[in-house]
Amino acid sequence: MIRTSGLTKDYVVSRTQTTHAVRGLDLSVDDGEMVALLGPNGAGKTTTMRMHTTLLRPTAGTATVAGHDVVEHPARVRRHLGYVGQGNGAGHVQRAVDELISQGEIYGLDRRAARRRAEELLTGLGLAEFARRKVSELSGGQRRRLDVALGLVHAPRLLVLDEPTTGLDPHNRANLWEHVHRLRAEHPMTILLSTHYLDEADSEAQRVVVVDRGRIIADDTADALKRELAGDTVAFRAGSTSEAGRLAEMVARLAGARDVVVQGIAVRATVADGPAAVPELVRAAAVAGVAVLAAEATRPTLDDVFLSLTGRSLRESEDAPPDGGSGAEPESEPERAPARPTPAQSTPGQSASGESTPGQSTSKNRKEAA
Amino acid sequence: MSAAVLTPATSAAVETREVSWARATRLVLARELRPVLRDPFSVMFGLIQPLVFLGLFGPLLAGSLRATGAFDDGVWQWFVPSILLMTTLFGTSTTGSNLQMEMQTGADERLLVTPLPRSAQLVGRALKEMVPLSAQAVIVVAVMVPFGFRLHVAGAVLGLALLAVLGVGIGSLSYALAIAVRKVEWMFWVVQQTLLFPLLILSGLLLPLESGPRWMQVAADLNPLAYVVEAERALFAGDLASAAVGGGVVAALATAAVGLAVGVRTIVRSSD
Repeated sequence: MIRTSGLTKDYVVSRTQTTHAVRGLDLSVDDGEMVALLGPNGAGKTTTMRMHTTLLRPTAGTATVAGHDVVEHPARVRRHLGYVGQGNGAGHVQRAVDELISQGEIYGLDRRAARRRAEELLTGLGLAEFARRKVSELSGGQRRRLDVALGLVHAPRLLVLDEPTTGLDPHNRANLWEHVHRLRAEHPMTILLSTHYLDEADSEAQRVVVVDRGRIIADDTADALKRELAGDTVAFRAGSTSEAGRLAEMVARLAGARDVVVQGIAVRATVADGPAAVPELVRAAAVAGVAVLAAEATRPTLDDVFLSLTGRSLRESEDAPPDGGSGAEPESEPERAPARPTPAQSTPGQSASGESTPGQSTSKNRKEAA
Repeated sequence: MSAAVLTPATSAAVETREVSWARATRLVLARELRPVLRDPFSVMFGLIQPLVFLGLFGPLLAGSLRATGAFDDGVWQWFVPSILLMTTLFGTSTTGSNLQMEMQTGADERLLVTPLPRSAQLVGRALKEMVPLSAQAVIVVAVMVPFGFRLHVAGAVLGLALLAVLGVGIGSLSYALAIAVRKVEWMFWVVQQTLLFPLLILSGLLLPLESGPRWMQVAADLNPLAYVVEAERALFAGDLASAAVGGGVVAALATAAVGLAVGVRTIVRSSD
């Protein structure tokens, strides 16, 4: 669906200064995939989206969308593409149903078909009762669902969502995703979305492409990224400080163990598979006669992934955008602090590995860790 | 999650097709007009300005220039076409400000990602101003007939058509201006006002330029609006075959061609 190679966008700021918003980006999205671009503000997400939707002409490199080159045949690309930008696609002085009908007619539906399609989408996105409302009178969540409906009018093979939930409260975010998933189950389509919400990239997308300073720094499933770039954290409390020392030795022998830290009676480490390591260690400790008072395994978040890739937390990057010259990308929407997902916790003997899917991803595609 | 009341949104059910340029333009026009038609008061409000000019400026004009003999045909025959042209200028030159609003909210971006031809978006948006204008023209004429304005229907219809051609040009330039100054929005009104009034006065629209200094007459010769003004007066006088009409048609077509070329170019270049 999307084949992109060496995609680059430079903005000439002045004679001596050029902003490199996107630098040599390679991206491949297969039919039916749902891929999230994740990165801090100014990372180049929106610029990347805009180049793929023919809104922005690349400085260099090529992008093929639905089989058509975005520079050579922008009109053909537009026909196959549904786009939900950061702003409101629906005109504020228009009525919701009118915007949907005229959008349908723009794609060549006759008036009857356009009307039917509009009603279908209004019902599908829970907007039927607001059909005759003026767009400016809709709530933020309703307006956003209308934007998605507009992007879906022509049943596109590819839907591009640029920060679809920014500015929505958690309830409306969940509601929007529920609708998107249902529509996608009924009409298979490829989705490329951008987000700076960690939990959203984690839970909604099949693949996460981490973007920073105009480059892709990692590209894999969320689980694989977390497993391979961050690792699980295990924490134990030993019966005494001397036992903590012995426990630390045992922890160090766990698969993939590193960064073992002993603090009083507490022992912490990063391991390959936390939920499996906990019972293993508890058993070994029992055999060796070392008392274990508490044990915990914590799954990494995508923030840990970002931290391990860049040395910065994604949330810190939000507050202080990367230094000038790298990515002053025009992203206008107000930002909100992303909610952090609750880490999965486990107590000994209990399996907390509901989200553990070993072997799900085989291709680790780590490009350049900073 | 609500039950599956949804008809499957399969692509088989949605047959998309390429839309002709004329239909695309009509769709843009219809979309732009919908809020206007839903709120007819805005059209009524738009009537106030032309009627104020007719009621307050017209008599003064007649009084102060009677001696010059400029209005042998009656002041209204001279001034009614002026008012319609002025309303066209004011209306279409603000096309860009509607666009500014949609650029801010995101609706413009959404339309740019649809297969709508860029030129159809320019023409449709500019023509939108012509629909209320036609309604206003009917009312202005109806009000002025009792005061001695003589209506030549064929000429009036052609006159409005000529205004529409000019309006497409001015509207497209306004659209291009909105894109060009999109980072400094107030600049739109500065440029629009700075250009509009000199063009308006130097077209001989409000006052005859014959009594003005030579340089003003030269400036008017270079102003396409001046030719359109002359053509409108000829058309509204029923003088369909005059040279003035020919000059006005050429000037209006040239304005439309330049406007569309600049407009499309500006849209395309805004993606760089």
